[in-house]
Amino acid sequence: MDYFAQQLINGLVLGSIYGLIAIGYTMVYGIVGMINFAHGDIFMIGGFIALISFLVLVSLGLTAIPLVLFVVLLVSMAITALYGWTVERIAYRPLRHSFRLAPMLSAIGMSFVLTNFSQVAQGARVKPVPPIITGGYTLHEGASGFVVQLSNIQIIVVLATVVLLVLFTWLVSKTRLGRDMRACEQDQTMAALLGVDVDRTISMTFVIGAALAAVAGMMYLLYYGLVDFFMGFVAGIKAFTAAVLGGIGSLPGAMLGGLAIGLIETFWSAYFSVEYKDVAAFSILIVVLIFLPTGLLGRPEVEKV
Amino acid sequence: MTASTLEKKPAPRASSAAFILKKATISALVALVLFSLMIGVRTEAGPQGGLIYWTRFGDLAAIVAAVFGGSIVIELLRQWWGPADKVRVVPPAVQHALSFTGRLIAPTLLIFTFLVPVIFYDQRYILDLAILVLTYVMLGWGLNVVVGLAGLLDLGYVAFYAVGAYSYALLATNFGLSFWVCLPLAGILAAFWGVLLGFPVLRLRGDYLAIVTLAFGEIIRLVIINWQSLTGGPNGVSGIPRPTLFGIPLSPGEDGLAARLGIEFSPTHRIVFLFYLILAMALLTNWVTIRLRRLPIGRAWEALREDEVACRALGINTTTTKLTAFATGAMFGGFAGAFFATRQGFISPESFTFQESALVLAIVVLGGMGSQLGVALAALAMIGGFELFRGLDQYRMLVFGMAMVLLMIWRPRGLIGHRSPTVYLERNQAISSDLVKEGHG
Repeated sequence: MDYFAQQLINGLVLGSIYGLIAIGYTMVYGIVGMINFAHGDIFMIGGFIALISFLVLVSLGLTAIPLVLFVVLLVSMAITALYGWTVERIAYRPLRHSFRLAPMLSAIGMSFVLTNFSQVAQGARVKPVPPIITGGYTLHEGASGFVVQLSNIQIIVVLATVVLLVLFTWLVSKTRLGRDMRACEQDQTMAALLGVDVDRTISMTFVIGAALAAVAGMMYLLYYGLVDFFMGFVAGIKAFTAAVLGGIGSLPGAMLGGLAIGLIETFWSAYFSVEYKDVAAFSILIVVLIFLPTGLLGRPEVEKV
Repeated sequence: MTASTLEKKPAPRASSAAFILKKATISALVALVLFSLMIGVRTEAGPQGGLIYWTRFGDLAAIVAAVFGGSIVIELLRQWWGPADKVRVVPPAVQHALSFTGRLIAPTLLIFTFLVPVIFYDQRYILDLAILVLTYVMLGWGLNVVVGLAGLLDLGYVAFYAVGAYSYALLATNFGLSFWVCLPLAGILAAFWGVLLGFPVLRLRGDYLAIVTLAFGEIIRLVIINWQSLTGGPNGVSGIPRPTLFGIPLSPGEDGLAARLGIEFSPTHRIVFLFYLILAMALLTNWVTIRLRRLPIGRAWEALREDEVACRALGINTTTTKLTAFATGAMFGGFAGAFFATRQGFISPESFTFQESALVLAIVVLGGMGSQLGVALAALAMIGGFELFRGLDQYRMLVFGMAMVLLMIWRPRGLIGHRSPTVYLERNQAISSDLVKEGHG
């Protein structure tokens, strides 16, 4: 039971990170109708920027860790958001009205560009960081000596996710930008006729998605203590699986799907085999798409002739 | 190119210059922010395990300057070229000449390919490169059946390549079966896996199909890595037997081909043999594809690509149509995989990453999807281009990715955007690929 509880905590934390990335996929798919293949790499870039800015700030003499982390969060969100904007501007906007395969292939190309750019710019080796946030609480001590622990960093990851999710739901449901986004999702031509700047709204979608991915990247860095240039690929596919599982286009669905994928992956590693955990995640994607193509909270897509 | 006369007058010079400068400055500023940390600061794990960093502001300045200059050049080119959707009239004479050379390309290329081992007999490097190009031509033609003809976007094609390669490698090393026995087996096994993938994805379309095939390819690779007792895991399979000319080995020994023919042995013989082997396999793929297109099943594939709903309404069984497309494409991938294994003598999961799938898909799309000649030319351009960057190994994939993005923006329909329909009434008229909607799955 204690082992189960510990895995539950670990799974929820991992799921929060996946959920944050999945929101970026689901938003872009909702509005533009394409899989932003480069989104996983945006997450990776976010992790790198957090790492570098943290290193620079600490070496400049800032020692108050909470302040440093706050600045790092803002910097990595800002710069990664600019990456998201640039990717959309260069690779997707010229193809907005092209045939359907084109943006997908362009996105794959962009994903290669980002992966190899960070390999060239920062080297191929894994970058480890010492634990920055330490300490935690012991929740329960079992008779066999197994200890269920909740570390501070786990609390921070979950808290940050919840805060961002609340903020983001407010943004989509209450603000002008959110209304524009929902309008573009329904009918871009009609939205444009009613005075919505479609290009700008789509750009903002990418910017917000990238900023959330940056938070996920930073949390990943803090939680696992490492980044490398290839981590975006697998994390990206898993987050996409999460988005599909939750029902693509649905924001609470993305979070729910992220948590589900995180839990499944953690329990699979804990009770079956660590080697096949990625196989499990990919198999879930296939199974979900076959039996539940609209996901948990998605709307069925009506096919028009 | 003659420009149409309806073109608007260019804006006055001064404001245009200011506009270009403004745009370039904005691009440079964006680049400065983007690259400030990623390039301006280099991190590395230090000797004690901690991280160290050093700054590279020189590189940063150079890149920002390059973006500034590049942005000016692009903007000037764009103004010189005019609006993208402008109608450009090609003079009939040029059009005629183009279509004439177009008809000549395929035979010339084929004859030249046959002569490659004769012309470049002494140049091992060129022969190896030619074999590599032909392997990708074959893979491209195989994937073309799935993507180009049936319109099913497959991002996991490398899985079948892997199945073929591992089938041959394991059958040959464990049971001592010869290449010619294993080749059909590899094809059959790959086709079987193609059907296995085909079943679950029958109902999926477009992007979803792409992602599932991608996941399938990754699953196959991960299983190969982790199933160490069978596949040797990350260490791969080595000591795969070389192919024989129907039982006669191409070795320096007594019963080798050279000794039997009474000529002096040379290792080049094997390379030349491999060259003609893959050429024959590629041409077989091409021939089968062309013939299949004229059969009801090929017509059904093309109908499926154009419109699945209409297809179903006309009584075409979409299930079998999709499954046969997957199986046929996978079979050719399996053949190519078996050839790859016998050529290399060693295979490991590293050869079957997602990048390979993307490369083959890029070849098919660049070739114009459905055009056999286009795919061959695209394979030549892609693999040749890859070789140009061999010295800059770590920049290779970076350049490949950029090329993919730029090609999609420049020619989303591929190099050869026209093709002849297989069936026509009265007059054979090329259809622009803008009119069809591939990739809807």
